[in-house]
Amino acid sequence: MQEGVVLEMRGICKYFPGVRALQNVDFVLREGEIHALMGENGAGKSTLIKCLTGVYAKDEGDIYMAGQEKAVTIRSPQDAQNAGISTVYQEITLCPNLTVAENLYIGRSKGFGTSWKRMNAGAKKILTSLGIPASPKQQLGTCSIAVQQMVAIARAVDMECKVLILDEPTSSLDEQEVEKLFGLMRDLKAKGVGIIFVTHFLDQVYEVCDRITVLRDGQLVGEYVIEDLPRVQLVSKMLGKELDEMADIKSEVGAAADASGEVVLEAQGLCSNAGIKPFDFSVRKGEVNGFTGLLGSGRSECVRAIFGADHVTGGTVKVEGKPAHIRKPLDAMKKGIGYLPEDRKGDGIVGELSVRENIILALQVMKGFFRPFTRAQAEAFADEYIKLLEIKTASADTPIKSLSGGNQQKVILARWLLTDPKYLILDEPTRGIDIGTKIEIQKLVLKLAAEGKSVTFISSEIDEMLRTCSRLIVMRDRKTVGELTGEDLTQAKIMATIAGGEAQ
Amino acid sequence: MTAPVKDPVKKVESARESFFKRLTRQQLFIPLAALVLLVLFNLIADPSFFAVSIKENSLGNPVLSGNIISVLDNASELVILSIGMTLVTASSGGQDISVGAAMAIAGSVILRLVCGGQVNADTMHMNLFLALFIAIVVSMLFGAFNGTLVAYFKIQPMVATLILYTAGRSIAAWINNNELPIMNDISFKYAGTFLPGIPVPTPIFVTLFVILLFWLALKFTNLGLYTQSVGINASSARLNGLNPQFIKLLTYMILGACVAVAGFLRVSRSGSINYSRIAENIEMDAILAVALGGNALGGGKFNIYGSVLGAYVIQFLTTTLYKYDVASTALPAYKAVVVILLVVLSAPVVREKLTRVKGRTPAKAAKEVS
Ligand SMILES: Nc1ncnc2c1ncn2[C@@H]1O[C@H](COP(=O)(O)OP(=O)(O)OP(=O)(O)O)[C@@H](O)[C@H]1O
Ligand SMILES: [Mg+2]
Repeated sequence: MQEGVVLEMRGICKYFPGVRALQNVDFVLREGEIHALMGENGAGKSTLIKCLTGVYAKDEGDIYMAGQEKAVTIRSPQDAQNAGISTVYQEITLCPNLTVAENLYIGRSKGFGTSWKRMNAGAKKILTSLGIPASPKQQLGTCSIAVQQMVAIARAVDMECKVLILDEPTSSLDEQEVEKLFGLMRDLKAKGVGIIFVTHFLDQVYEVCDRITVLRDGQLVGEYVIEDLPRVQLVSKMLGKELDEMADIKSEVGAAADASGEVVLEAQGLCSNAGIKPFDFSVRKGEVNGFTGLLGSGRSECVRAIFGADHVTGGTVKVEGKPAHIRKPLDAMKKGIGYLPEDRKGDGIVGELSVRENIILALQVMKGFFRPFTRAQAEAFADEYIKLLEIKTASADTPIKSLSGGNQQKVILARWLLTDPKYLILDEPTRGIDIGTKIEIQKLVLKLAAEGKSVTFISSEIDEMLRTCSRLIVMRDRKTVGELTGEDLTQAKIMATIAGGEAQ
Repeated sequence: MTAPVKDPVKKVESARESFFKRLTRQQLFIPLAALVLLVLFNLIADPSFFAVSIKENSLGNPVLSGNIISVLDNASELVILSIGMTLVTASSGGQDISVGAAMAIAGSVILRLVCGGQVNADTMHMNLFLALFIAIVVSMLFGAFNGTLVAYFKIQPMVATLILYTAGRSIAAWINNNELPIMNDISFKYAGTFLPGIPVPTPIFVTLFVILLFWLALKFTNLGLYTQSVGINASSARLNGLNPQFIKLLTYMILGACVAVAGFLRVSRSGSINYSRIAENIEMDAILAVALGGNALGGGKFNIYGSVLGAYVIQFLTTTLYKYDVASTALPAYKAVVVILLVVLSAPVVREKLTRVKGRTPAKAAKEVS
C-alpha cells in the first residue's frame, strides 16, 4: 500500500439474486481527505459501504488498511468499528424506542459503563456542541428525521476513528445543519481522518471534497481529483450521458403556471394534534405550490393535516367547492388526494412486500376489500411504472426493502401516480434521488400541472422549489408567515421571509 | 495497484443460483422435508404403517382405517386453528394463546343448545347448523374481545389473550351450569366421525372445506395484502387508507370462527365434553404449526399452506410416536425435541443461512448495525 493511504479496496464484487450490485470495484482512501462516492440510484454506493463495514459479506475482493500487511477481514459492523471505521448508514439504523443518550452510547466498548448520569451528561455535551435540538432523555422516535440523522452523525463522529463513512447524511438536513456537519468534517480531516461521503448534492461535493470516485451500474468509472472534474463532466460520468441540469424546465415543459383555474381544495383554520397553528390554504387546478421554511417549521404537519394523516382538531376543508370531511387518509384518497410522506422507511414502504404490491397498494385500497386486482392487472401496472420511472429492480417481485434508497422512493411515487390523483402532495419527493432523476421528477410535476392536476411540493432545497412552484407558502414556528408569488420568488426573498425580516 | 484479473465465467456462476439453493429458500422446504423424513422413517421401520384397510365401525358401516387416515382425521382441529392463527400472527405480530379455552367455550355452547339444557339428551333440541352458527357468533365475539385488547388497547397479544386463556374453561363450565351434558343422538356425531355410507372421516372433509374457503378468501379479497401490510408497517398501511386497528380486530374474529368450527368437531367426536381436558395445550401446537410453516412469528408475510402443512407434520409426528409406544407422559418431551429442531431449521434467519455457501446473512448483520 502506498504512503498515506488509510484504506484500500480491491476488486470488490457483490451479487444479489438477479443483481450484480458491484463488479470488480477498486477504491482508495487517503489520510486526511474527504472522498466523494458518487453514482446514480442503484449504482452500488451503499452496497460498497456495507461490504466494507461487514453488513454484507463481499463475494470477492480484498480490503487493506493502513498498518496491516495482509488483507483485513471484517465480518460485522462491530469488527469495522473496532478497526476504526465509523459509519452513518443511509437509512437510520438507531433504535427509535431508546433515548437519545442511549442511542449515542449503545454498543460502544469504551463507554460509560452503566452510569446513566454520566451518560446523559456526556450526551448533553455532544448535543449542545453540535447544536442538536433534542434532550438526552428524549425518546429518539419522537424526534424529527433531521434530528435523528444528526444524532446518528454525532454518534459516529464521537467515536475515535480513522475512517468515517457518511452515506447520504445530509438528505434531510437544512443548510445550517449541513454547514455544521461540514465544519465537523473539516476538523476531522485536519486530524488525518479519511472520510467517505456519499451524496446526491453536487454543490456539497464541490464545497468539501478533495476527490471523487464515480460508480455506474456497479462498476467503477474512475477516480478523479476534484479540480480535474468540473460539474458537467461529473454528471455525464455518473449518468453515462449528457444532461443540462440548469435548463429552465418550467418553460421547457410549458407549464401554464398562472393560477387562474378553479380552486381544487380550500382549507380554513385547519389544525391538527401535531401542533400547528390554524392555517388557511388553497390550491387551484393546474397549480404547483409549496410549503417552505426551516426544519420543524411545520411544513410537513400542514400537509399531513390536509391529508388527514394526523388527527385533525379543527377547521374546514372544501374540495371543489363542496365541504369535505377528511378525518382519515382514506377520506382524502377518495376525494382524489395523494400524499407521498416524508419518512420513506417509517411511513412509505411496506418493506417485505414486493415492488408490485407496494405500487398497487393505495389504488387497491381505494378499489376495495372485495375487489382485488388480478395478477395480470397488477403486473401490468407495476411494469408500466417501473418503466416510466426507470425503477432499478431485479423484478417486480423483489421485496422493496432490497432496492436502493432512491429506487424505493420512486416506487412510492409510482404508487401515488397510479391512483391518478387530482391533487398530489409530495413531501420531499426527491430525497435521496440522483440528479438525473431529480430533474425527471421536477419535469413530471410540471407535466402533471399542465394536465390540469394540482401539486403541493415540499423540499428542503429552495432551488428545486423555485424551479417548480409558482406560489410558496412560508412557515415559521408552526405558523404561516407569508406567501410569495411571481416576482417575489427569489432565493433572497424567501430567505428573508423565513428569517422573519419581511413577514407578510 | 491493479486488481488481479478474475475469471469471468466464475462470476456468472455465482450470480446464478444452484437448484439446491433455490429449493432451500422456498418457504415450504422445511415442513415438506420433515414430512418426507417422517414418511421415510416409517417406511423403513415398518412399512405396514401406511396400510389402509376397510373395517366395520361400531355401527356396522365399512370405513377406512389406518395410521394415515388417523393422522388426516386427528389433525383436523389443529389445521383449522393454525390457519386462523396464521392471520392473527401476520397482522398483530403475536399469537392468541386462548384458542384451546375458546374451543371449550364453543363446544359447550353447542352442547348446551343441542341438548336443550338436559344432562343426557337422546334427541337434538336444535338444528345442528343453527347451533353451530350461534357458536361461531359467540366465538367471534370472544375473538373480538381479544382483538380489541390487542388492536385498540395495544396490549401484547400473549398478555391480552392470557385473560381468556385463564377464564375460558370456567366460562365453558358455567354455560352448562357445571354439568357435563352428553348427546346420544347418533346424527350429532356424524361431523366428528363418519357420515352414513361414507368411509372417509367427516373431519377431513370439513378441513378441506375450510381450506377451500380460505383459498377463495385470499384469492377474491384483499385479506392477504391488508393483513400483511398492517403487520409489516402499520404506519404506512394507515397512510395508504387502511385501518390497521380494524384489520387486526378482524383477524382475531376470523380466528374466533375457526375456533368454533374446531370446537364443534371436537365435541361431535364423542358427543360429550370435559371442560378442563378438551383441546388441552392445542394452542401450543397451533403456534408451532405456524412457525413450522416458515411464517415469522413476528408478523408480516405469511403463507397459510405452510401452516397447514406444519399442522399435519405435527400430527404425523404425534401418531408416529404413539405407534412406537412412547409413553404418553414422555411424549411431549420427544415431540418438543423434534419440533424445536424443525422450528429452528425453518426460522427465516436459519433458512437464509442455509442458502449461503459462505458468509453471513444480511438480515442478521443488518440487525447488528443498530
Ligand atoms: N439486500 C439486497 N438484496 C437484493 N438486492 C439488493 C440489496 N441491496 C441492494 N441491492 C441492489 O443492489 C443495487 C445497488 O444498490 P445500492 O443500495 O448500493 O445503491 P446506491 O448506489 O446506494 O443507490 P441510492 O443512491 O439510491 O442509495 C441495486 O440495484 C439494489 O437493487
Ligand atoms: Mg444508497
